[in-house]
Amino acid sequence: MARSVSTSRRVTFTVIAWVIALILFFPILWTIITSFKSEGDAIAFPPVFLNFHWTLDSYREVQERSDYLLHVWNSAAISFGSTLIALLISIPAAWAMAFNPGKRTKDILMWMLSTKMMPAVAVLVPFYLAFKNLGLLDTKLGLIIILTMMNLPIIVWMLYSYFKEIPGEILEAARMDGATLGKEIVYVLAPMAVPGIASTVLLNIILSWNEAFWTLNLSASQAAPLSTFIASYSSPEGLFWAKLSAASTLAIAPILVMGWFSQKQLVRGLTFGAVK
Amino acid sequence: MATMQMRTTARAMMAPAVILLLVWMVVPLAATLYYSFQNYTLLNPVISFAGLDNYYYFITDPAFASAVLNTIYLVGGVLLITVIGGLFLALLIDQPIFGQGIVRILVISPFFVMPTVAALVWKNMLMNPIYGIFAWLFSLVGLPPVDFLAQIPLLSIILIVAWQWLPFATLILLTALQSLDGEQMEAAEMDGAGVVSRFIYLVLPHLSRAITVVILIETIFLLGVFAEILVTTNGGPGTASTNLPFLVYTQALLNFDVGSASAGGIIAVVVANIVAFFLMRIIGKNLEA
Repeated sequence: MARSVSTSRRVTFTVIAWVIALILFFPILWTIITSFKSEGDAIAFPPVFLNFHWTLDSYREVQERSDYLLHVWNSAAISFGSTLIALLISIPAAWAMAFNPGKRTKDILMWMLSTKMMPAVAVLVPFYLAFKNLGLLDTKLGLIIILTMMNLPIIVWMLYSYFKEIPGEILEAARMDGATLGKEIVYVLAPMAVPGIASTVLLNIILSWNEAFWTLNLSASQAAPLSTFIASYSSPEGLFWAKLSAASTLAIAPILVMGWFSQKQLVRGLTFGAVK
Repeated sequence: MATMQMRTTARAMMAPAVILLLVWMVVPLAATLYYSFQNYTLLNPVISFAGLDNYYYFITDPAFASAVLNTIYLVGGVLLITVIGGLFLALLIDQPIFGQGIVRILVISPFFVMPTVAALVWKNMLMNPIYGIFAWLFSLVGLPPVDFLAQIPLLSIILIVAWQWLPFATLILLTALQSLDGEQMEAAEMDGAGVVSRFIYLVLPHLSRAITVVILIETIFLLGVFAEILVTTNGGPGTASTNLPFLVYTQALLNFDVGSASAGGIIAVVVANIVAFFLMRIIGKNLEA
């Protein structure tokens, strides 16, 4: 860190890094720019970069034509709902594994992780048939159930790794002072674990918001979250790039910002603690 | 006595998560296995035992061989680009550069773009042979435009998926790189080790574990690539960009052949398990520490 680096070397690396970063970011930037164009400008050739008539028409039309807010609400309900339910099931389990580990705790953790590795496509058929018979196709409830179970292993793992860092003596002291188990978790553990719980929630909302296998296969219109709604723009009739861009920009913006704040947790959550 | 009681409580607290996951894993998988041995299409209500017929038809279908190859190309191609690219980017961002924080944010952003958006933006605004950015760039240097998704469908999808996963590899490798012992590097430098030998003897061994983790986790996700294919090429032209998950989806929801799709699903499980086996061993080792 303290090594002195020649300015010219530093400038060279800076230039290379910025050029590559901007190329990688370009598709996102281009989507945002295009969302402010008219449909005519969006397909102009050669492309127009900044010198066009900026307009909010596409945003207006996306909402008017397709009830965009319904899909935003679906995405929010599904990702927040599934994350919160999974959290309620996971906190007690992670508590037990972190503070009262038994002989088989490690095996249980590994087994939970292994459920994440089951390819979704292997169970598509039974879920599709069951959902069809139960009337759960294209319902928010159905998708919340699926995503809750999808996220459960990651949430248990992340909470477990955060809980492990809290000294168990503090919980024991509370127990000695006569705190019941419920009070111990709610008043002693939870406040200390808030940062860990918050990161867990953040990562899982990101993952659920962007989920695009079950949402595409099990929702059509009523319960369609943004990922399914935007897939409907893949139809080849007509070019609606400005509207596609406006819908896309709104769909990715909140998650992009959340993602920037969760870089560290992302590494931890996605590698199951193998890289810190 | 207190410990016995705690043990019981702990079990009770774990029970909901464990039981739910057990049901979630066993019941649908058992159902898939059962269907895979039945003659069962959604168009014909009569179900009968099929033995291994579904597996036989699924595997001997010419689409299967090409789907397996496409899956391998897709996973291999994306891994190649993201691991090498990610290594290069992580080393670059780790240098003392101006605006490091912003560069980092720009580089990781594609990972947060939902797959359907990423695929449609690339398909339309970048790869469109008439109005796309690539067509424009090609015209600047005097090349004829390429109809990416029609002429090189699989390669185009590899490119899109690699764009989504490059940030992941970069971020993991960068995190691992930052835990490298700076003093060791300095000592090596003072002893006269050049950039290349420092990279080969210090940096690479330090990163080997992170690289393995990136490869295995990406493989798990890449074996299941679906949305990107659905919204860009729909598996085509023909079956040129159909991978294993997409083939199963075609059998189940387009051809309504539950039996054959289930056989395909079971084959996908076998493939994923081979990869998972290695991943679990690495994570398990880490848990000991």
